[in-house]
Amino acid sequence: MRDNFFNERTMKQLLLGAEAIALGALDGGISGVYAYPGTPSTEITEYIQKNRGAREQNVRSAWSANEKTAYEAALGMSYAGKRSLVCMKHVGLNVAADAFINSAITGVNGGLVVAVADDPSMHSSQNEQDSRVYGKFAMVPVLEPASQQELYDAARYAFDLSESLKLPVLLRLTTRLAHSRAGVEGTAQRTQNLLNAPYAPERFVLMPHNARRQYSKLLEMQDQLEEHSENSWLNSLVPGTGATGVLAFGIAFNYVMEVRQAYGLDCPVLKIGHYPLPRKKIEALFSACDTILVAEEGYPVYEELLRGYFGGKNIRGRLDGTLPRAGELNADSVALALGLAKKEVTPVPSIMVNRPPELCKGCGHRDLYEALNTVMSSHEQHHVFSDIGCYTLGALAPYNAIHTCVDMGASITMAKGAADAGLRPAVAVIGDSTFTHSGMTGLLDAINDRSPLTVIIADNDTTAMTGGQDSSANGSRLLEICRGLGVEEAHLRTIIPLKSHLAENIALLGEEIAWEGVSVVIAQRECIETAARKKRNPAAKA
Amino acid sequence: MQINIILAGVGGQGILTIAAVIDHAALQSGLTVRQAEVHGMSQRGGAVQSHLRIADHEIYSDLIAEGTANLILSVEPLEALRYLPFLAPDGKIVTATNSFINMEGYPAMEHIIEELHCTDHPVLVNAAELAREAGSIRTSNMVMLGAAAPFIGMAAEALETSIETLFQAKGADITAMNIRAFRAGQALSQLQATAT
Repeated sequence: MRDNFFNERTMKQLLLGAEAIALGALDGGISGVYAYPGTPSTEITEYIQKNRGAREQNVRSAWSANEKTAYEAALGMSYAGKRSLVCMKHVGLNVAADAFINSAITGVNGGLVVAVADDPSMHSSQNEQDSRVYGKFAMVPVLEPASQQELYDAARYAFDLSESLKLPVLLRLTTRLAHSRAGVEGTAQRTQNLLNAPYAPERFVLMPHNARRQYSKLLEMQDQLEEHSENSWLNSLVPGTGATGVLAFGIAFNYVMEVRQAYGLDCPVLKIGHYPLPRKKIEALFSACDTILVAEEGYPVYEELLRGYFGGKNIRGRLDGTLPRAGELNADSVALALGLAKKEVTPVPSIMVNRPPELCKGCGHRDLYEALNTVMSSHEQHHVFSDIGCYTLGALAPYNAIHTCVDMGASITMAKGAADAGLRPAVAVIGDSTFTHSGMTGLLDAINDRSPLTVIIADNDTTAMTGGQDSSANGSRLLEICRGLGVEEAHLRTIIPLKSHLAENIALLGEEIAWEGVSVVIAQRECIETAARKKRNPAAKA
Repeated sequence: MQINIILAGVGGQGILTIAAVIDHAALQSGLTVRQAEVHGMSQRGGAVQSHLRIADHEIYSDLIAEGTANLILSVEPLEALRYLPFLAPDGKIVTATNSFINMEGYPAMEHIIEELHCTDHPVLVNAAELAREAGSIRTSNMVMLGAAAPFIGMAAEALETSIETLFQAKGADITAMNIRAFRAGQALSQLQATAT
């Protein structure tokens, strides 16, 4: 199946896994990519934005306000007959879940691929949830390639698969693959689909009578999806001898093969990169081996399924401690799981100290937190509800300024709930991009409910933590949004977070935090990183 | 042939430029490359590392296994020690001696040097000084790459060609400055090798 597409290879380029998906999607003939930035998925969309060919062919690629708007726009493009890619990090799929699950019920027209980058070990995330669970939940095909080249090939393949099945396809990768480079060969580009939007209300109007029929169709398709998995080039056996076989999912295959190569092992390894599970292939491995090691990067999703509730005595994996229950796998943990002795290595010297990340020297958030800390220190209750972005680093020394960070937009809504409970003052700190992602609706709730809280929007004119992507709104547009939502003019104020403005910023924040109503203070100062980048490269888009 | 390199530093110090040069040279030489890097939160002044693997055969894992790194190339002395468990018994440390202190409890320099000397003839480089001599402190990375060049398993000429290719867009002056920095590092490394 793979060879049909990939007989004519282009020159080898060194690409991040994320970029390999982007190139695969471009060569697969997408008409648009929709995404909200989130580590480790950001580089997929950035690659397409910077790609000359994509611009020449009008592949639409600007950032979306959040993952839900991104997913729905991608579904709309697919509805209109064209191929669309939508990208997000794992927790972004929580935001887009409503659209994702229901798009499996409607099905798609043009190929729709959702590339989701999980972050096991939580390098840049608040959890390590496994997106394969969502794929199973939505009952759609999931592809989980093991190398950068496979990511490219799978991205192309996923569009054909999606179009032939009329279902969205989930392409899952994890941090290591997203942020690791390797040589990737492309193939000739497929032309984009023509506009073709058939009237199909019986599929796309999910009123109960249609939804029931569509859901039955989805259930009936499951055998067909399994058949695809049985024959997929992403599921293959590395033959071997020995009583222990390995079922290696996605990138876990690499660690298994690394150990197999380094120690000269000969265990059979069944590589899984296409779900639902290929039952026959797995049965064959189970019948040939006494013990099976299940190596999954992420949750023990399939280990649990294969064990069943009571059985699975011959299964080893994350659930019995053979592999660590949490965090990324690596060749060392897999070697131990395969019964190899732990290596003697030089320990980290005792003088070592941690070096946590910090706000950049000269960053406006530093000046904001200095002012805010002064104001809050005059209050007995000094809780600050915050959000996800560079300003989350205000949780660390020397500021220790914020007390919550849960999910995108939760600063405002949690402050609202705490205010409703009687907490005074209730203060939220949120960035410009996070505010437009999912802070605006929470602010509307607070206004409608007259919850006394102060929302500080740290507007640095960019989505800074992920590397400086355009925000959906900043500057004067943020003021207009707040006005439109109903913030009173007298309590919609701006400050410039600079050392030279410290005294007046303390005074202004003090007033608004003391006021019993909804107030918004926008701290406006450009991110020093993006400012420096513009200075170095004036031609770069402002 | 297989070389495992851990590149170490602090977010913002630009270890990825070093990686880009080695990657490019390896790919041009027809070798297989895998290079895992850190994006996201740690880039804001936290400890960052890149696992770089080069071989003349297929490489499976993006990550280097413990005890198998042939080289730790660090642009900051404390950061070189952070990855010691990865160093092979006969592995080499090449590190800048210019400390970057952005946290509490940074150990005394003599203790760091002492620990570095527990490894086999570490190459210690005052990268900032050599970079300034080459024309700009910003070439420190290329000084360090030059100092590590004898341990990368590729000809220095191949690395220089890659520096030229990657810096081309920034003009002839900046390219020449980076080549000077690379050679200064390389010369120091050779000097230290003959002294030992």
